[in-house]
Amino acid sequence: MSDDLWILGIHMTKFGKHPDLDLVDLAGQAALAALDDGGVDMRQVQVLAAGNLLGGAGSIGQAVQKQIGQTGIPVYNVANACATGATALRTVCMAIKAGEADTGLAVGVEKLSGAGLLGARPRTEQEGEWKRSGRFGAVQPTDGFIGTESMAGVFAQVGMEYGHRYGGTDFELFARISEKNHAHSTLNPLAAYSKRMSLEQIMGDVMIAYPNTRPMCSANCDGAAAAVVVSDAKLRTLDPDQRRRAVRIRASVLTTDPWEEACQVLPNVNTLTRNAATQAYEQAGVGPDDLDLVELHDCFATAELVHYDNLMLCEQGGAVDFFNSGAPWRDGRMPVNVSGGLQSKGHPIAATGIANVWEVATHLRGEAGPRQIEGARVGLAHVIGLGSACGVHILEKAAA
Amino acid sequence: MADQIPFVDYLVLGDEPHLVARECVGCGARYFDRRVACAACGTRDFAAVPVPRTGEVRAFTIVTFAAPGVPVPFVAALVDCDGTSVRGNLVGVDPDPEHVHLGMKVALTTYVTGTDAAGVDAVNYGFAPVGG
Ligand SMILES: [Zn+2]
Repeated sequence: MSDDLWILGIHMTKFGKHPDLDLVDLAGQAALAALDDGGVDMRQVQVLAAGNLLGGAGSIGQAVQKQIGQTGIPVYNVANACATGATALRTVCMAIKAGEADTGLAVGVEKLSGAGLLGARPRTEQEGEWKRSGRFGAVQPTDGFIGTESMAGVFAQVGMEYGHRYGGTDFELFARISEKNHAHSTLNPLAAYSKRMSLEQIMGDVMIAYPNTRPMCSANCDGAAAAVVVSDAKLRTLDPDQRRRAVRIRASVLTTDPWEEACQVLPNVNTLTRNAATQAYEQAGVGPDDLDLVELHDCFATAELVHYDNLMLCEQGGAVDFFNSGAPWRDGRMPVNVSGGLQSKGHPIAATGIANVWEVATHLRGEAGPRQIEGARVGLAHVIGLGSACGVHILEKAAA
Repeated sequence: MADQIPFVDYLVLGDEPHLVARECVGCGARYFDRRVACAACGTRDFAAVPVPRTGEVRAFTIVTFAAPGVPVPFVAALVDCDGTSVRGNLVGVDPDPEHVHLGMKVALTTYVTGTDAAGVDAVNYGFAPVGG
């Protein structure tokens, strides 16, 4: 018997528009489907962690319980920016590791169809006399006057800074990363958008924040994902069929951004990701070369580039060469975002951190259909939320 | 002549407008916003230090799509002012990738963003290209 935890059941709803389903419907459906997938029901679940970032649902976990089973178990409602889903999963893992539960359920849900630019708040007209407010003592909102608060702009600078440091980046390179993910999405029936886009279409689309055009930005959509996690001891008591499809969680890591010069000016999404990856590889006892696929947080095309480096899929400074070698394409040496990534699969924020794990788990189970990465044994799922929080999970196929 | 006030409290106007950082007396970490303690070392005391007025563009984006009411396009940048990173807009340069470059040398400049009911101008900072 080991300390390892297992994903027993996991589910991701179709990402896209769900006008007739609210947050609770979507989360409830995902949770029930994850329980069904694992062959368990709410009576076995001893801890629930749930996340919804922007829906204002309040206690989403309790709302979900009202739909799928009010069994009186503890609920942890979590919020951690774009790492909310991964945080829910990690919370359940901690509870099981601590010995307080042997079976837990993590759920993440978001409804963002039709949502505009994230991170940007509408301005209010100045009336009367100047008055200072906020921690910079500003007389007006600073967005647009002292840099940008739009996510597209922040992550554009993240990619540009990498280019400044190591060279080799230009508009077309970032657009080609997006071209890859849109091409991958054509094989994913659950993706919000599954149309192949040419480089010309991507570069010619509406510019949001140079060098990110609209298709190079994560797609706002509705969706939910849920996972059932069990301890190794619990797994041993279950049927062979359940055990055969269980996916081993080799590492579950959450980090925040350590202080560095400039982090107050432009969020540093690099160091906390590198730290999370380092810890995860150590926990899992594997290295980047052992990975068969990676789902990383491509909230913008400019972000995907830096995370090749941060997750150590290439040598330091080598992300451009790594991409140009064809490695992250689905037929390459290190397939990245074969789901289509956030740019085409979509990014229902609190669902994303579990949906990425679902994608990896589905390949490890050999159940990914036409987009299956053949023989996948080990995979990594990464998310990052500004603020910042980074979640990394490394998963391994069950031994036959 | 209209009165003027700085757009943010870390901008000092006058003959040589410049930024002032709150520098941790323990480790030298610099902050532009109000802090309770240093995020790097925990020291609770800060000293005001002037920030060099010239620097180099380390990252930028040209924002063409922003929240309602935010004038676009504009160039948002991370400027390295001799070791102190500063967030600001690039001004006095066409907001297109032919004119804005990584590594570009820039200097702090100021401009009026608006006038309030009492006739007071709010003066903001930006960075403009210097030299060739
Ligand atoms: Zn300090």
